[in-house]
Amino acid sequence: MSFLEFTEGPLWYVALVVFSVGVAWNIIGILAMRVRGDSAVPRKSPVAGGIKAIFLHMAPHGGFFSRTAYHVIVGYLFHLGLFALLLFGSFHVAFIKEWTGLSWTPLPRWGFIIASEVAFAGLILMWIRRWTDPITRQISDRDDHIGTGLTMLAMLTGCFALGEASDGLRAVHMLSVELLMLYFPFSRLMHAFTFIFSRYFMGAAYGKRGYVP
Amino acid sequence: MSNVATQVIDHFVSQVGAQAATWLQSCVHCGECAEACHFYEVTKDPRYTPAWKLEPFARAYRARKAPFAGVRRALGLAKEPDEAELNEWQELIYDSCTMCGRCTMVCPMGIDIASLVGLARKSMAANGIGPEDLFAVAEKSREVGSPLGVTPEKMEERIDWLSDEHEVDIPLNKEKAEVLLTISSIETMKYPQSIVAMAQVLNHAGIDWTFSTKGYEATNFGVLSGKADVAKVMIERIVAAAESVGAKTVIIPECGHAYGALRWTGAMMLGRPLPFEVFHITEYLAMLKRDGKLKLKPMDDAITYHDPCQISRRGGATEAAREVLDGFATGFREMSPTGNANWCCGGGGGVAAIQRATPLRLKVFEIKMKQVEDSGADIMVSACANCRQTLDGGKEHYKWDREIGSLVEIVADHLVKA
Repeated sequence: MSFLEFTEGPLWYVALVVFSVGVAWNIIGILAMRVRGDSAVPRKSPVAGGIKAIFLHMAPHGGFFSRTAYHVIVGYLFHLGLFALLLFGSFHVAFIKEWTGLSWTPLPRWGFIIASEVAFAGLILMWIRRWTDPITRQISDRDDHIGTGLTMLAMLTGCFALGEASDGLRAVHMLSVELLMLYFPFSRLMHAFTFIFSRYFMGAAYGKRGYVP
Repeated sequence: MSNVATQVIDHFVSQVGAQAATWLQSCVHCGECAEACHFYEVTKDPRYTPAWKLEPFARAYRARKAPFAGVRRALGLAKEPDEAELNEWQELIYDSCTMCGRCTMVCPMGIDIASLVGLARKSMAANGIGPEDLFAVAEKSREVGSPLGVTPEKMEERIDWLSDEHEVDIPLNKEKAEVLLTISSIETMKYPQSIVAMAQVLNHAGIDWTFSTKGYEATNFGVLSGKADVAKVMIERIVAAAESVGAKTVIIPECGHAYGALRWTGAMMLGRPLPFEVFHITEYLAMLKRDGKLKLKPMDDAITYHDPCQISRRGGATEAAREVLDGFATGFREMSPTGNANWCCGGGGGVAAIQRATPLRLKVFEIKMKQVEDSGADIMVSACANCRQTLDGGKEHYKWDREIGSLVEIVADHLVKA
């Protein structure tokens, strides 16, 4: 079995199972915990508050944009670039079609390049801030840096594999993605799934009181 | 690890439900919450980043209760906080967090950090870790009925004295009444004019109301200190008083956290729905005004309003004070930021009762001075005696030349006499 066959075969299956089961275990584990009862008479609908919070916290509000502009902008650059790469990169579209039969129009090569640059710029600027800003330096831990590092590695090896110059580069990219998938459920990267519950629970609790912060 | 630390952690994780779990697990350490925290704002000390204040507790959650906690423990990746660390963290959980909730506004994940700090306080308090002075006033509430020693007898004396001194009818222990009015002991001891003002307004509107010595203290230092048993006792006393007079409405005086404690968490602590409606005095004044029961003379002084966090941002009653001021206070102007985004006074969440936190609290007053001066107001009113006391402390310290007052007092001062 070649290295490429290993990364696209057994290791891929292991990574996929760990990622899927891990994410599901995390979410089910959290939601299975007791939800605190609250019999205070509501002023407004908690459900409406929860839904509002999910959307409200997509962008700065309450006059905070000027204070948080750097993080908001680079954060969006990274996340939008990453999703564009992940879902519309031609190799990813082909890979998804191979596995699921589903397909859609991929980005043209120039679009992929732009998306990559945007994602890289966002991630690098976020990581620089994590190291240099006294606040983020104080609160960051090993998990933050490992998560960022593995994401960076997956993106970087993806770029190397872009030219399809060798099986080796493709295999290295697969390996780096699999490492990220294996790490994901045990890390803060889980925020990609938990953010929706976090915002909803806060919005429901406050929405009941009449204002969603 | 010491027994105490284990007990704190056990207690903390036992309180973590689905909501707290998603909050503890969703923080991406972006640090934006610091931008909303008044303690960070005035010190630029990254330790005051709200997310950092929860660090040992988030770690304890990951080690004990989070999905895959067992894996983390098995791999030695879960370092639980020890007693020394928890003691060190008192300053961050108690002295430098007013549980104002401003950090939630800016958090991309929508984490309710104030509520998590509340859980952390409960766990620390249950095991004797926390500021002794704050714990002492909480215990005093349980023992004598009020954090400042206002016993039922003293309450009767004060009411008698105020009634005589100001020639106002202040009903106490009426057999039956539609409305039960409560007090903050800060008012009783430091701002008694507020009690007179509330009485004048309610009498002016023809309300059937009373105080009761069975339950009069709205200030709930049980909630602030994290002493859940004290918090419950304080709620039970008010409920017993309201039930004994058959009150359908309980009014919370000018006290922010007292409103949150009874209106939003009272039923949960009591274990059953509250048998009455709860209104903050500003909400009640707004209602009276809406119903045409509040006739006011215009006031043209340059005034601004400081939002108590637990009434506005965390209470949902932001507009009530503005409704009262609208049309009557012609010189009213907003400070910036205002309303739900207003800065905290720095003394909420029990911080005003923590002596060692005084220098930090006074530093926070610099924000409020600038807000008021920028607004051009000569008078800043609030609807929370705790805020008022904190702000008065700042005024005295900085020899500030602006006036600080109470919303209910200016309303009472401008009632049109029948």
